[in-house]
Amino acid sequence: MTIEFTKERLDKVAELISRYPAGKQKSALLPVLHLAQEQFSGWLSVPVMDYVASVLNLEPIEVYEVASFYSMYNLKPVGKYIFEVCQTGPCMINGSDEIINYISNKLNIKVGETTSDGLFTLKTVECLGACGYAPMMQLGKIYKEHLTPEKVDAIVEECRAKAAINN
Amino acid sequence: MGIKLLIDKINIPGIKTYEVYRREGGYKSVEKALKMQPAEITEEVKKSGLRGRGGAGFPTGLKWSFLAKPEGVPRYLVVNADESEPGTFKDRYLMEFIPHILIEGIISSSYALGSNVSYIYIRGEYHWISEILEEAIAEAKQNGWLGKNIQGSGFDCEIYVHRGAGAYICGEETALLESLEGKRGNPRIKPPFPAVKGAWGCPTVVNNVETIAAVGPILNMGGEEYAKIGVGKSTGTKLISACGNINKPGIYEIDMTISVEEFIYSEEYCGGIANGKKLKACIAGGSSVPILPANLLLTTAKGEKRMMNYESLSDGGFATGTMMGSGGFIVLDEDQCIVRHTYTLARFYRHESCGQCSPCREGTGWMEKILKNIETGKGTLADIDLLWDIQRKIEGNTICPLGDAAAWPVAAAIRHFRDEFEWHVLNPEKCLTENYGLANYAEPLATTA
Repeated sequence: MTIEFTKERLDKVAELISRYPAGKQKSALLPVLHLAQEQFSGWLSVPVMDYVASVLNLEPIEVYEVASFYSMYNLKPVGKYIFEVCQTGPCMINGSDEIINYISNKLNIKVGETTSDGLFTLKTVECLGACGYAPMMQLGKIYKEHLTPEKVDAIVEECRAKAAINN
Repeated sequence: MGIKLLIDKINIPGIKTYEVYRREGGYKSVEKALKMQPAEITEEVKKSGLRGRGGAGFPTGLKWSFLAKPEGVPRYLVVNADESEPGTFKDRYLMEFIPHILIEGIISSSYALGSNVSYIYIRGEYHWISEILEEAIAEAKQNGWLGKNIQGSGFDCEIYVHRGAGAYICGEETALLESLEGKRGNPRIKPPFPAVKGAWGCPTVVNNVETIAAVGPILNMGGEEYAKIGVGKSTGTKLISACGNINKPGIYEIDMTISVEEFIYSEEYCGGIANGKKLKACIAGGSSVPILPANLLLTTAKGEKRMMNYESLSDGGFATGTMMGSGGFIVLDEDQCIVRHTYTLARFYRHESCGQCSPCREGTGWMEKILKNIETGKGTLADIDLLWDIQRKIEGNTICPLGDAAAWPVAAAIRHFRDEFEWHVLNPEKCLTENYGLANYAEPLATTA
């Protein structure tokens, strides 16, 4: 796989850089890493990070140290769908532990693991700002709130159906 | 019904769009602002008594007046939308459902501060909300409220959205600026303060979403009128995000004259404790502020009704009071285990410590481990004293307030619920299957008044 942004994403990178003062293109690093993760299978390999460094004219270490600091950047391969379940206080008192166990048993993976078909990864995360709608998880760009085992079943089915269409 | 200034129109169909927002009187405050002198706007904000709504409660007008104005150096307004304090989900509500109220506030505030470029630093997880904001910005620009020479005033202003990537620490303003510059979110040593050296070394004001959103209503009604709402130094309205074991979790705008009891039990707000249970404890202002048992939450140590405002919530200091904080209101019922809840918060702070200062980096890890031991019946009585000792050594000994934020919940839990911690230690088997329950936490206290 050649590591190169699509033309569309390169234009987006240029637009992102233009948002910051001249010569401060490093400021675009977080958004550009988001773009890279979107295009390159949902995670940031060393060659991908090196490519981002070259695009923004940075030293690779400047990219590594940032990518390893923020929890949304994945530094190892992940499933197509990542269930990021909140486990902090307000979600805990509304049953997040039970939801985490339910997903873990249903998909037969532990927290941090990916299913063998590469479809699902289960992660626990800390407070996502949805405390009034607990328990909840992030799935891609959106939040799934007021989770119940039935809701989890429906979400899993929906993901499987989507994946089947895309293949 | 209390006065609402921020979310009064949030249920109007289409209020998310420019067209409806404008039709409902949106952007009028900008028209007014652009005819004023920048210093007059700051003066109105000072008169309003508006205090930072992110958690610190620092007077906004005063913060603005600290902004350095060297010749030929750009100044920046950065909006803190990194809402990450457990229990807090109010800014999200504004940005998701009435985004133009934030854009409106940013334009007038930027004009007051002399900032031609503003950034909204939004937490990375609020991905769909960042798109809502981008759309609102584009609409505002199409209609001449952003860009060059806004409404013929000669004032230029651009707003950009900057998405974070998952780090609570970036809600601390200097860590946020580091992150805006494309670096790890390590807080900076102050001074220099951002007002002198902020984004890219230039004078910068960082304000919370709700704070900036309040600027529109303040300019519309005038600072003095705004200051008449509320009580004492708690002026205007405050958004409270209520969660936990209540009947109606959600966002409420209060005018700071209601009591905590009314807020929890009235139908207009939380609607009482869920499932007919009893109130055990509450964290009234986001996870960092001291947890209070039911008795101290509803009544101050002096025996007065505790009110939902800055002064009353902090009445009694940390010994018997708490803080308004971010307005993240977490209610715990009689079935909740204080040790377990405190453990999840300790784990949160360990996860979110940036690792720069050793008291916080090491201390948060130790607190998490010890709390886990106590929670799982493996603790000793000496562990409780050890926890107290560790939190005391973190507080005040770190570059940024995350250290304090990690220490306070543990300190308050031991201060008010020590018997529950001891019960865990003395009942290592039973604590795995049973809870300590309500105990005497709701019983009236002997007052000192």
